[in-house]
Amino acid sequence: MRLAEAWRVALTALRTNRLRSALTMLGVVIGVSAVVLLVAIGTGAKVEVENQVQGLGSNLLLVVPGELSFGSAPTSSRLTLSDVDAVGRLVGNREVVAATVTSGEVIRTGNREVFATVQGTTETLPNVFSRPLARGEYLRRSDVDTRRRVAVLGASSAGRLFGDREPIGRQVSIAGVRFRVVGVLARTGTSAFGGADPDLTAYIPITAAQRLLGTQRVDGLAVKAPDLAGINALGARIVAALQQRYPGEKFSAVTQEQILGVVGRILGLLTFVLAAIASISLLVGGVGITNIMLVSVRERTREIGLRKAVGARQRDILVQFLIEAVLLTTVGGLVGIGLGVAGAALIDRFSPVPAAVVWWSPLLAFGVSAGVGVFFGVAPARRAGRLDPVAALRTE
Amino acid sequence: MGKTFGERTRAGPPGERARSTVTGPGAPPGAGPDPVLEAVEVTRTYRLEGVSVEALRGVSLAVRPGDFLAIVGPSGSGKSTLMHLLGGLDRPTSGTLRVGGADVSRMGRDDLARIRNRTVGFVFQAFQLLARTSAVDNVALPLVYRGTRRSERRERAVAALAAVGMGHRLRHTPNQLSGGEQQRVAIARALVGEPQVILADEPTGNLDTQRGAEVIDLLGRLRSERGMAVVVVTHDTGIAGRASRQVHVRDGVVEYVVDGP
Repeated sequence: MRLAEAWRVALTALRTNRLRSALTMLGVVIGVSAVVLLVAIGTGAKVEVENQVQGLGSNLLLVVPGELSFGSAPTSSRLTLSDVDAVGRLVGNREVVAATVTSGEVIRTGNREVFATVQGTTETLPNVFSRPLARGEYLRRSDVDTRRRVAVLGASSAGRLFGDREPIGRQVSIAGVRFRVVGVLARTGTSAFGGADPDLTAYIPITAAQRLLGTQRVDGLAVKAPDLAGINALGARIVAALQQRYPGEKFSAVTQEQILGVVGRILGLLTFVLAAIASISLLVGGVGITNIMLVSVRERTREIGLRKAVGARQRDILVQFLIEAVLLTTVGGLVGIGLGVAGAALIDRFSPVPAAVVWWSPLLAFGVSAGVGVFFGVAPARRAGRLDPVAALRTE
Repeated sequence: MGKTFGERTRAGPPGERARSTVTGPGAPPGAGPDPVLEAVEVTRTYRLEGVSVEALRGVSLAVRPGDFLAIVGPSGSGKSTLMHLLGGLDRPTSGTLRVGGADVSRMGRDDLARIRNRTVGFVFQAFQLLARTSAVDNVALPLVYRGTRRSERRERAVAALAAVGMGHRLRHTPNQLSGGEQQRVAIARALVGEPQVILADEPTGNLDTQRGAEVIDLLGRLRSERGMAVVVVTHDTGIAGRASRQVHVRDGVVEYVVDGP
């Protein structure tokens, strides 16, 4: 019964001084909304990258030169097409091995041009990476064998160069060299974190690309493993084979799981740091609560004396003021959560930055705000409870 | 009832302190109902910034049900301190003090709060009503701390307000009431818990003569109607004269007692 009364008294007290309550709450509102928002952004980034990595395909092994470790710089590749063949033989199926060489080039047609990512690939690329076609067909083995100048355009490249017109069969000029369009890829849909359009691409036979770029190198080598169970063992064998071909050099076979692990750790750390920084404002908000509660206690000293005179115990007074503080912070927390969630939704929708609110983050924020109320409200509440009724009644 | 021990002790020449037992604790049993308030050689010493202040230096008195007692004295005589002790707002430094039959000298804070809630009812000079709160809610406050249900609280508050003639002002807040009305609300609040004694500290101090007289009349009437004891602390001898017994205090001790009408 007394608890219900204490709630009512607290509500009345806060409502009496609406402006003061609102301003006091502001610190908590800002702190909580910042935490919710920043955690959402961190999580959104993580989810985004995870989707991209998983969207590459499944059971992938990416073979990269050098030792893969946290923060190491990428080593330039010495792999060639003969290494690709060797890996194919080792795996026992050359259809599941894909190689790429990449460059950024200008693609022109008529009076339109785009600057796109041009990838020279083996014809096996669609076997390894998921690369659905919208129209036409992908490169063939004979294209690769004969360095045929044919190209498959990404959805954005096709759109920007040809608009509504049919691109298949038409000519484009890539880095000054003419290619015939034989296919257009479907839109991938995922917007890359960082703003680059993943559909602004063109795919040409790797041999043609090597001639175009004047190189023998292969930038990327990927293998689609038959199953997840043996993927690490297969990776180890490929690395061993390559290290045998290039004594003294290091290679690594990376799975999506490993990539996700590293990415997860980095972004998890980022999210945590962001949240910690945002929590500082919550701390400041809490100090504001203590401050105002102390003022409130002093202002209501006579009232406290009277309540004690009619039978309120120390505990009753303490609970009354503590509830007031907790009410301030939890209402502030709710408003902050609302703002944080709304802000995250807006940012996710209208900006390149992704944001995803996890279910536990508002709950945690609410719990923390209640905790802040207790932690920062207990000292003033204690002081109120300990007031001597005689002295309190005499106060001006 | 209550006047069995009226005694006059001589006030000597200035400088002589009369330390007296006015109504002694050694009263023969069966001589009357048990005292509601009983003080035996009660002292109260404050420590203020390193200096000891002896507010009460040995007071004994007893208040029985139905007593109408005035504690009279100039400012600084210790009369307010005495009232605070009698009401359990404070604890004596030494001596025995029984409120409602219970020894409060060694009581813990929570137990004292209980005494204040159930055994005594306070009325203050400055009314001490909660601002922005209706008369009903003000009067019901002691019952909140007793854990009474909301509906019963309201019922009893309304009844108490009716008893003091404020039944038509239930919803008014203090700033909508005159001084006399506010004091009556305060008296209703003191009544609502059905205490054994009402302790009023200068209840007429903030009121004009007529309102003040009305308040004292009201207290007297309630005392006869309900058999409560009433203790009024005052410096006004006119008010004091309306009580049935006057205890005059000066410098922390009882100087003399007057048995009134």
